[in-house]
Amino acid sequence: MAPRSISFEPSDTYNAFLTTCSRAEYGDGPLAGTAVAVKDNISTKGIETTCASKILKGYIPPYDAYVIGLLKNAGAAIAGKTNMDEFGMGTTTENSAFGPTLNPCNPGRVPGGSSGGSAAAVAAGMVRMALGSDTGGSIRCPAAFCGIVGLKPSYGRVSRYGLIAYSNSLEQIGPLGKTVSDVSTLMGVIAGHDRHDSTTYDKPYNHSPNPDIKSLKVGIPQEYFGKGVDPGVAGVVKKAIERLEELGATTVPCSIPSMEYALAAYYVTCTSEASSNLARFDGVRYGPAPDWKKSWHDAYRDVRGESFGAEVRRRIMLGTFALSSGYYGKYYAKAQVARENVRADFNRIFRDVDVIAGPTMPTIAFKLKEKTDPLSMYLADILTVPANLAGIPSISVPCGKSEGMPVGLQVMGRMFEDERVVDVAFAFEQAVN
Amino acid sequence: MVTEQDVQHIAELADIGINKEELGTFTSQFNAILDYFDTLDTVKGDAAGKSELFNVLREDEVEPSLSQEEVLKNAPFKEDGFIKAPRVM
Repeated sequence: MAPRSISFEPSDTYNAFLTTCSRAEYGDGPLAGTAVAVKDNISTKGIETTCASKILKGYIPPYDAYVIGLLKNAGAAIAGKTNMDEFGMGTTTENSAFGPTLNPCNPGRVPGGSSGGSAAAVAAGMVRMALGSDTGGSIRCPAAFCGIVGLKPSYGRVSRYGLIAYSNSLEQIGPLGKTVSDVSTLMGVIAGHDRHDSTTYDKPYNHSPNPDIKSLKVGIPQEYFGKGVDPGVAGVVKKAIERLEELGATTVPCSIPSMEYALAAYYVTCTSEASSNLARFDGVRYGPAPDWKKSWHDAYRDVRGESFGAEVRRRIMLGTFALSSGYYGKYYAKAQVARENVRADFNRIFRDVDVIAGPTMPTIAFKLKEKTDPLSMYLADILTVPANLAGIPSISVPCGKSEGMPVGLQVMGRMFEDERVVDVAFAFEQAVN
Repeated sequence: MVTEQDVQHIAELADIGINKEELGTFTSQFNAILDYFDTLDTVKGDAAGKSELFNVLREDEVEPSLSQEEVLKNAPFKEDGFIKAPRVM
C-alpha cells in the first residue's frame, strides 16, 4: 500500500520549528497519522538536523536515530524538527542560532529549554506530541514553563543511537504531550533495547496509566521548597501535593543533603563530556568548510569560533579546563564522587517512599532576555539535575498557575520505575480535570 | 582565579576562537562559575565508581553499514572517495 501523508504547514508564530515537513508520510500502527515533532538534535534521514547550530547548517543525516525508526514503525508522521538551545545547552531556547522560541502561554516569555520548540509546538496545538531530550531538565523545564507534560525516562530505557551527543552519561530522549496518556503512549513506542546503544536496558514499556495511588508514599524533600524557590511556585506545588494526599497518598518529609553540590557536579560533568563530544565539529565531515589551506589548528579555531555560539564555546572551554592537568582532581574527580552521593541519597530515600515530589522549576518562565548571566541561568536547573545525575525517571505535569504562568509538579521515581511516576502524574491530572 | 591568559590558553587547547572583546567577559564569567564550583571542595566520600554499572560489549564482527557515498555526502571537500582536511604539518 502506498504510504499516506498528512499536510503540515502551520503558521509558526512562536518559532517552534526549524524545519517542517509539508507532506509528512505515515503508515499503520498505534500512532497512524499522528503528527509528531522531533527535537533537532535527533537524527532524521533526509531531513536537515542542525542542533540549532550554524556548525550543522545544511547537514542531512544519512540515517535515522533508533527512536525515529520506532516512530515510523508505529505509524507516526514526522511533522518537523523543533528549535532548541544550541546542542541542548540552555534553559530558555534563546541560545538557538536561529532565533528564540516564544512561549505560547505568553509570547513575552521563554518556553524553557532546551527542548523549547518541542514544548511550544505541543502547547500551541501544532502537534499532538513531540520528542525532546533531557540532559539536566531539558524536557521537564519547557514542559513546566509551557503547561504540558514531559517525561525524562530512566537512563537506559530509551536508545540514544542517533541523538547527537552532548553529555552521554546524563541525557535521555523522552516524550512531551498535552496529557499524561499521550506521553505514556509515546513512551511505549520509543522505549526498549537497541543493540546500537549498549547502555539501553531490555525493559520495554507496556503500560496504561493507572490513577490508583492509595497507599502510595510520597517523599517531600525540604530542599525543593527552600532558598531560591519562588514562594508563589512553592505554594502551587504544595497544594498539588495536598491533592495527592486527598487521593490516598501519604507524604513523608525527607532531605537530599547532596543537593548542596549537585548542580556544580552536574555542570562539571556535562561540560567535560561536551568538550570531548563537540571536538568532532570541525567542518571536515559536515558543516561549513574550514579553510583547508591553513594549518589545522588555525582552520578549526576559525570555523569553531565563527559557527559555535557563546554558550557552546563557554561550556567546551569550561569542560576542557575541568579535565585539564592539575584541575582534574579538583573538578571532574570530585564531581563523580558527588554524583555517587546523589545516587546514594536517592537510594536511601526510596527505601522508605515510592516517589519524590516537588516543583519542576524554582520559578515561572523567565521574560525573554531576562537571564543574561550564565551562572544565574545554570542555577535555574537546581531542581531537575538531581534526577539526571542519579539516572532516575522524572515527570513534570501541570499543577496550576502562578502570576498567570503554568507551574509544573515534578515526580521522581526509583530507577526503571517510569510506569509509577506516570501513574502518579495521571492520578493528579485526572483528579484536577 | 583564572586570568585572561589562562582563558586564552584553554581556548587554544579546545581549538575555540574567541575575540578580544569576548576574552574579558569569558574570564569574569569563568571566575564566577569556578567560584561556584568550589562547593565541590566540601564533597566527602570516595564513592565514585561504586555503582552497579558494568560494561556490555558485543563481538567485534563486521556488520552492514552506510555506503561510502552516504558517509561522504555531507563533507564539503572530498577527492577520490576521501575527505579533504586542513594540513597537519
